Amino acid sequence: MSNIRQSWYEAGARERIAALVDPRSFAEFVGPECRETSPHLGIFNLPAQFDDGIVVGSGSINGTPVLVAAQEGRFMGGAFGEVHGAKLTGLLRAAKALGRDVVIAFDTGGVRLQEANAGEIAIAEIMRAIVEARLDGVRVVGLIGGRAGCYGGGGLIAGCCSTLIVSEQGRISVTGPEVIETNKGVEEFDSRDRALVWRTMGGKHRTLIGGADVFVDDDAAAFRAAATAALARPAKFDAATLAAEQARLERRIARFGDMSDATDIWHALGINDPKAIPDMPADAFATLAAQYRESADDAR
Amino acid sequence: MTPAEILDSLFPAGHDVTTDGDLLFGRARFGDGIVHVVGATGRAPIGIDQAIRLSAAVLQIASSDDAAPILFLVDSASQRMSRRDELLGLSEYLAHLAKSLLLAEARGHRTIGLLYGGSAAGAFIATALACGTLVALPGAHPEVMDLASMARVTKLPIDVLEAKAKTTPVFAPGLDNLVSVGGIATVWDAGTSLADQLQTVLATPRAGDDRATLGAERGGRPAAARIAGAVATAAQG
Repeated sequence: MSNIRQSWYEAGARERIAALVDPRSFAEFVGPECRETSPHLGIFNLPAQFDDGIVVGSGSINGTPVLVAAQEGRFMGGAFGEVHGAKLTGLLRAAKALGRDVVIAFDTGGVRLQEANAGEIAIAEIMRAIVEARLDGVRVVGLIGGRAGCYGGGGLIAGCCSTLIVSEQGRISVTGPEVIETNKGVEEFDSRDRALVWRTMGGKHRTLIGGADVFVDDDAAAFRAAATAALARPAKFDAATLAAEQARLERRIARFGDMSDATDIWHALGINDPKAIPDMPADAFATLAAQYRESADDAR
Repeated sequence: MTPAEILDSLFPAGHDVTTDGDLLFGRARFGDGIVHVVGATGRAPIGIDQAIRLSAAVLQIASSDDAAPILFLVDSASQRMSRRDELLGLSEYLAHLAKSLLLAEARGHRTIGLLYGGSAAGAFIATALACGTLVALPGAHPEVMDLASMARVTKLPIDVLEAKAKTTPVFAPGLDNLVSVGGIATVWDAGTSLADQLQTVLATPRAGDDRATLGAERGGRPAAARIAGAVATAAQG
């Protein structure tokens, strides 16, 4: 490993896995040599990719064996198609069978529209596989800080993870800015207002309201360190967990439900100068967030 | 069929299901026991305010020891598309609803989704597709995205998309297509007793998530079951 800082945002799926796991520990499952490409993209005269935009395999992080998946946001926006989704489903079923923790590096716009029905069902299968693994004591740690963010069904999958680690670039949302604008008008959401996008969906806001657990700098080593810590946390998922999440999400609506902008919410959290948040460096923000944020406290 | 007609056909012994806006909550007598009923109706979008009430009801059922099934009636739009819902973290609310259904199932409550109208995108995933068994009535019209929006995103003319939709079930909206990819187990017959058809579902034990296998058998999703199996085998090798 070098001492040169590596941007998580700029890295591809294979670079992220290399930065995450111990050197020479990674073994890929159904890799590009298997040439398992999408059976459907050809209908649209679109090029296929030999890994269908996701890399899955096993490795270790600081000596702890894990299963790992990374989406490639540069292929079809990291979207879930039939093969892409099935690779993650298979990995999660193995996690349950082996009792082994999983780390998922999300980078996705959601369902791949050219195979929308297959992608939609794949997301439902993945969410079920995560919950069934977690009920057996498996940790599923999500990392979000890529170019495509974590949108659509990807946001729902992230919401099933035991711990979410985000950078400022890690946008989490169901409906993307362009789709809200297309359907509801520019008055509802101006997708060209990038500052609005970041403060409504970005990693800092998600951290402050308890939508993500750990905030890190856009640095692969920081993601690795946070994943290591998350894998050492207690693995708990039962009725009490969801009762606590129900209370946490009800409280969020009661507390912030009438507010129209993220800065109003940040102010209500007790932050004196909410307008300073977007430009704040990661370290300073993390310190501030630790003091004022709504914590998920494992209610996830 | 309307929700009232559906409930009458399902539960001739009576029920106390009441509406709360576009949501349904209640219980019905069924055979020697009861069935819990929740519903998202009226072709309405599901936002944080709807999802949190549905999950509250499902978690309350999950914490009871009656092991009675949950029937989830679905006729919704997509997730609510708004700045407020996303600001407050809609992804968490929808995921929480899905997790609540999956927890209830793990605690012994069969979860049966009954899609009798529309549903789309994130709302479909968090409700009908989070149930252990999903059945539909003829005329149901699930979709991920309508063809007009899809045309905008894929930059293909809508007549080209319509032509392609005739040759593959993998992307176009509609009940037949969702059946073909294995997302819907069975389409019920609206002309015969729904109670009998529910009884048939409840009498058939559920053996894991079989949607990819169904999709392969029906030809709509040829690769998913094989690929998931290959990855799981490699991981355990």
